[in-house]
Amino acid sequence: MPAVSLHGITKRFPGVVANDGVEFEAAEGEVHALLGENGAGKSTLSNILTGLYRPDEGTVELYGERVEFDSPRDALDAGICMVHQHFRLVPPFTVAENVILGDHRGEGGRFLVNPRHIERRVAELGERYRIAVDPRARVWQLSLGEQQRVEILKALYREAKILILDEPTAVLTPQEAESLFVTLRAMADEGRTVIFISHKLHEVTAVADRVTVLRGGKTVATVGTADATPQSLASLMVGREVDVATRVPREMTIGDAVLELEGVGATGDRGAEALHDVSLTVRSGEIVAVAGVAGNGQRELAETITGMRPTTTGRIVVGGKALKGGDSREAIHAGIAHVPEDRLHTGVAPSLSIASNTVLKSYRGTHIARGPMLRLGAIKERALHLISSYDVRTSGPNVPARQLSGGNLQKVVLGREFSGEPRVLIAASPTRGLDVSAIETVHRYIREGATGGMGIILISEDLDEILALADRIVVMYEGRIVGELDAETATKDAMGLLMAGVTEPVA
Amino acid sequence: MNNSILVVVLASAVTYGTPLLYSALGELVAERSGVLNLGVEGMMLVGAVMGFWAVQTIPGPGPLVLILSVGVAAIAAGLMALIHAFLVITLRANQIVSGLALTIFAGAGGLSSYLGNDLNLADAPAKHAFGAFFPHGMQTLPVLGPIFFEQNALVFVAWVFVAGVAFYLARTRPGLNLKAVGESPAAADAMGINVTRYRYIHTVVGGAFAGIGGATFSLAITPQWVDGLTQGAGWIAIALVIFAFWRPALCLVGAYFFGAFAGLPFTLQARGVTIAPELFQALPYVMTILVLVTVSAAGARRRLGAPGALGTPYVREER
Repeated sequence: MPAVSLHGITKRFPGVVANDGVEFEAAEGEVHALLGENGAGKSTLSNILTGLYRPDEGTVELYGERVEFDSPRDALDAGICMVHQHFRLVPPFTVAENVILGDHRGEGGRFLVNPRHIERRVAELGERYRIAVDPRARVWQLSLGEQQRVEILKALYREAKILILDEPTAVLTPQEAESLFVTLRAMADEGRTVIFISHKLHEVTAVADRVTVLRGGKTVATVGTADATPQSLASLMVGREVDVATRVPREMTIGDAVLELEGVGATGDRGAEALHDVSLTVRSGEIVAVAGVAGNGQRELAETITGMRPTTTGRIVVGGKALKGGDSREAIHAGIAHVPEDRLHTGVAPSLSIASNTVLKSYRGTHIARGPMLRLGAIKERALHLISSYDVRTSGPNVPARQLSGGNLQKVVLGREFSGEPRVLIAASPTRGLDVSAIETVHRYIREGATGGMGIILISEDLDEILALADRIVVMYEGRIVGELDAETATKDAMGLLMAGVTEPVA
Repeated sequence: MNNSILVVVLASAVTYGTPLLYSALGELVAERSGVLNLGVEGMMLVGAVMGFWAVQTIPGPGPLVLILSVGVAAIAAGLMALIHAFLVITLRANQIVSGLALTIFAGAGGLSSYLGNDLNLADAPAKHAFGAFFPHGMQTLPVLGPIFFEQNALVFVAWVFVAGVAFYLARTRPGLNLKAVGESPAAADAMGINVTRYRYIHTVVGGAFAGIGGATFSLAITPQWVDGLTQGAGWIAIALVIFAFWRPALCLVGAYFFGAFAGLPFTLQARGVTIAPELFQALPYVMTILVLVTVSAAGARRRLGAPGALGTPYVREER
């Protein structure tokens, strides 16, 4: 009897059918991966299983018994716990407080909280599953990897029988991911069911017993990982043959240095030092990847180079000229293009039209404006040109940017940034959340940019992407560059150690 | 000695600080759930007018009537808060707009004035009022007499409220859940806590506290109904919550601090100090503005310990 079985699950949202008759079964003691592109219906399905949404049609059965959840609490009481991609933790609370939050069984039903007691219980659980975290630490002080442990401790504390993890390795180094897989395996060996949502193919084949692939809201197949390869899974996911991100040989003509950072320091949002003595040179025609676990200064690095964040020490030199720093218009004039991490809010003005967004950086130019007046005809023409040459799928240039899909939005951002004929491109997580075909397109544009003579900094947490695109790799840890690797010879293990801050060779 | 200026100012600080304390404590409870309610002034006035109506209308022995009247004030203001709760929690209206609207609707010149007129409450002497709680012998004690023993029961009940709210937040499970709802509603929701219910309950309870604050004016400090008698105390209470970093114990300190300023003009006038009384009357409001301006920058708010989700409606994962 399967632990979880979903039959004919259909969920409609205005304008979309997110789940269309999905079939899914996971057994007791199994690690079961749920694989699919963005928009394939993975999140909707997990939200149904955790009681956040009610299905329009179909049935949910746990251990052979039909259940209906009205709220997350019902699902929790039925033994289902989820570790969301964006953690559901209360940052000012201690680890122990987060773990017991909302628990209403047994001791949890008491009116008074006994901090000593719960701290001891949490510490015990952490030791037993080898995911110890100081129960008295405040969550905001923890690294993302530790925060994930807290999420798993929450599930263990509630004695969850079914654990769902949404893209759990996105915030981990390869080594941390390995140790997560060991914990997950141990949980499955105790008879729990682990459902692992991912789009990283090699992880799925490494950790899961079986895989269910979703595409366009429908179940495509459930296969044992013993019979699957990353290639076969990718084809199931996309519905056609695709290249799994691999190195494409590229004609390289490396030129002069276009961007030099000399001992750059900067302060983070919370006032602490976010960049420390960062020195880096990018030459024309070169793709330099910045690897690291999220939150180690990559965002601040991108913002500092593009003038969105002032430097505290050091200097930034573009094409031989030093910038004042902290002035984004100066950076744009110097020829720095920016594909920001948050493409919807930093990359575009979401409520403005595509046309307006294409001229956000060039509206002062004489071909776009005449004095204070905008030349709307010219703007529209430019937008139409961008839409056709970058193959943006939209009904027209007046559509608000927020209505575009992630991939199309990214094409608009890339089109705008490339139209300024920049010397330097800072691309921060340019393919995060995009589907496989959009990733192919973005990668092609980045390669073309380099071939055309741009110096490119690619900031990414996706090591496969880095290995596929980069010429050189630098690794950031706690705001410093801790190592540099040649992309031809770099391995994930070597990068992973640096990402964890291990700079000494391990015997 | 009991007539020395320091003792008089301290005594009036406690007297005038008490309504501020109730209202600030109520606002604190609501804000800890993530709901900002700028309708405090309106709720206080509705509490004051309904409390006074109750004390004039309900027959029976004085102490019982007064207790019931405080209850009426709390319920009336709680109902006002329920309107705000419905608008901002269920309909997800802008909390600032809704709160301001509530004060305009219920405050001076609005519902409270209408009720005062319609129920013929103005110019009538109060049938009962809260008097000194302790026997006369203790009131004449040096220093402590005027500052503490001359005070009415509402002053001491407020201390119980402070301790109760502090304990509730620090030591109980509903308190922990409440803080989670105000900090990270998504996290609370994922762990099965009913965010909507917590916000409704605490907004309404917060409003009821403001009603008691208003009733402190009309049943104890100036036992009568005068249109707009809270004179902006509701706004001071809102500033006080920030001033107290969202902590109940600091609310107590802050309320008496502001209370000292609020009582100062009366104290000085009574002593024949003729410096323009308007100047002193303006002082608490100047303080309020200064506090609000200093801490209103978003960054400062986070540092000071404002609830993370203060002012934002919770919507479960939109597509």
